[in-house]
Amino acid sequence: MAQRAAAALLLAAAMAVPWVLEAMDAGYYLSLASRIVIYGIAATSLNLVLGYGGMVSFGHAAFVGLGSYVTAIMISEGLLHAGAHLLAVVAVTALAALLIGSISLRTRGVYFIMITLAFAQMLFYLANSVKGYGGDEGLNIRARSALGFGLDLKNPLVTYYVGLAVLAAALVALARFVPSRFGRAVLALRDDDVRAEALGFPTYRYKLIVFVVAGILGGIAGALDVNLQGYVSPNVLHWTKSGTLMVMVILGGVATVWGGIIGAAALLLMEEGLSSTTEHPEFWTGWVLLAVVLFARHGLVGIAASVTRKVLRQ
Amino acid sequence: MSGVLLLEQALNGLQFGLMLFLLAAGLTLVFGVMDMVNLAHGSLYMVGAFLAAWLVGLTGSFIVGVVAAVALTGLFGMVLEVGLLRTLYVRDHLSQVLATFALILILNDGVKMIFGTDLPLSAPEALSGPVELLPGLHYPAYRLLILGVGLLLAVLLYLLVQKTRMGALVRAGASNREMATAMGVDIKRLFTLVFGIGAALCAVAGSLLGPLLAVQVGMGENILILAFVVVVIGGIGSIRGALIGAVLVGCIDTLGRAFMPHVFRAFLPPQWASAAGPAFASVTVYLFMAAVLALKPRGLFPVRA
Repeated sequence: MAQRAAAALLLAAAMAVPWVLEAMDAGYYLSLASRIVIYGIAATSLNLVLGYGGMVSFGHAAFVGLGSYVTAIMISEGLLHAGAHLLAVVAVTALAALLIGSISLRTRGVYFIMITLAFAQMLFYLANSVKGYGGDEGLNIRARSALGFGLDLKNPLVTYYVGLAVLAAALVALARFVPSRFGRAVLALRDDDVRAEALGFPTYRYKLIVFVVAGILGGIAGALDVNLQGYVSPNVLHWTKSGTLMVMVILGGVATVWGGIIGAAALLLMEEGLSSTTEHPEFWTGWVLLAVVLFARHGLVGIAASVTRKVLRQ
Repeated sequence: MSGVLLLEQALNGLQFGLMLFLLAAGLTLVFGVMDMVNLAHGSLYMVGAFLAAWLVGLTGSFIVGVVAAVALTGLFGMVLEVGLLRTLYVRDHLSQVLATFALILILNDGVKMIFGTDLPLSAPEALSGPVELLPGLHYPAYRLLILGVGLLLAVLLYLLVQKTRMGALVRAGASNREMATAMGVDIKRLFTLVFGIGAALCAVAGSLLGPLLAVQVGMGENILILAFVVVVIGGIGSIRGALIGAVLVGCIDTLGRAFMPHVFRAFLPPQWASAAGPAFASVTVYLFMAAVLALKPRGLFPVRA
């Protein structure tokens, strides 16, 4: 109950962000807020695969990037309807995740890491080669997804709220998934897939479902991202993007509902803060991440949980 | 397409493959023996290249600069291993990914602070011209040097791993670390040395490829993934596998880049073909890895018992 109230409070606070920024005369930070929300969606989708499914996918940028490219290509061809974008992004990323997942899930351990990475790299080089849609220079889009009722994602407020709605829906779905029958089965096969298989669970199919759902959610994040940036380039598919998403999940907290968004917010805010105070933000970000690995094994959510426990005990 | 051109590109492929091998050799041992995903291995390649460019400029001698850079990078690798990476061996892959990704950020920006985003490094004057290998086949002397050094180091590494006591201990560790430890092998100390040698080899590759590619921040990121592909194709923990995998990947990549555009030109407009060719060559490397894993899930030369 307390948790639900806290979540509702948090959502209300997130909804108030644009007004607060406006009141503080810091409206230009709205795009940072949108970026946090969008990366939060992408990191949450990766957390589903990585944390709950136990599949160390090193190619999640493939799905986020596909979402961006599908949307950008449709817009550059003059198709602006957001519903059509959503439909196409879901179809393409689901198909890609089904293909990549069904092959990759036959391997395990480091081989799974490498093969998911390999697929993402193939898409990276493919994107570099499609000269008709920007090639290695990337693709600028002039228009944005149109929602109807005169609303489109060119308006930064609309982008922020659409992103926030998707993020909230994803978090609610994730929180419901964990205690559900399917969720428990997925956790069981993460912890011991031989035993889960012996109990009669179709482990391969369950893992594939998780992989595909996460791929679709990642694609939606990508579609929002290209609307925010107005630009997409092969860099969205580069392996360092997959690495960044992984860093967000681990930083926030693996296999925790809030891990993805907290990790995304922490990393992006840290980068923003450091880049305005030092010339070498990545240098200091690296040290903070190292400190997290060495001293906070369960990420920021883990720190928060242990602090809460201590406070409650007193 | 003439035979001479093919031969020249094959030599280029072999040369690139040997440099990939220098990167993959250290990577495969850390990966195989310590079960450690080290994303920062490419950063050692970058550090080595920057040190070489700086020292060559300082001393005015290519050889002195490169040798000093290789020694310094080896030392740096050992310090890194003792100071940080050692504590990561027992952690899960996720922690290793996060920590070594952090290391990439630190080293990239650290190098930028000290040296700037790029440094000039050119091949020694005496080796700038071509050599006539066969009638009609002129090959750059500097590339021949890379080939020679690569072959020499491959042979030395083979002897070290196959014929010496240290090599036997490393192989024992790769096939079963717990058993090797139980038999009294001090894997920890051994590995500091192995890591140092791996780092030094990265520096050799970085400083020799420097004049051909470019010495710049971020140069390690793309070649790192190729080195990982080599490791997986060869079999994690296998030096012999790394050598064969590296030469295969080097040849596929180089030959693909050289000849794919011609193939594509047959059915694509020219400006599309020139972009699609190299991209498809890169894709071929990954397709090759997927094919190897489909047929031999543990790579060409599986090591782990």
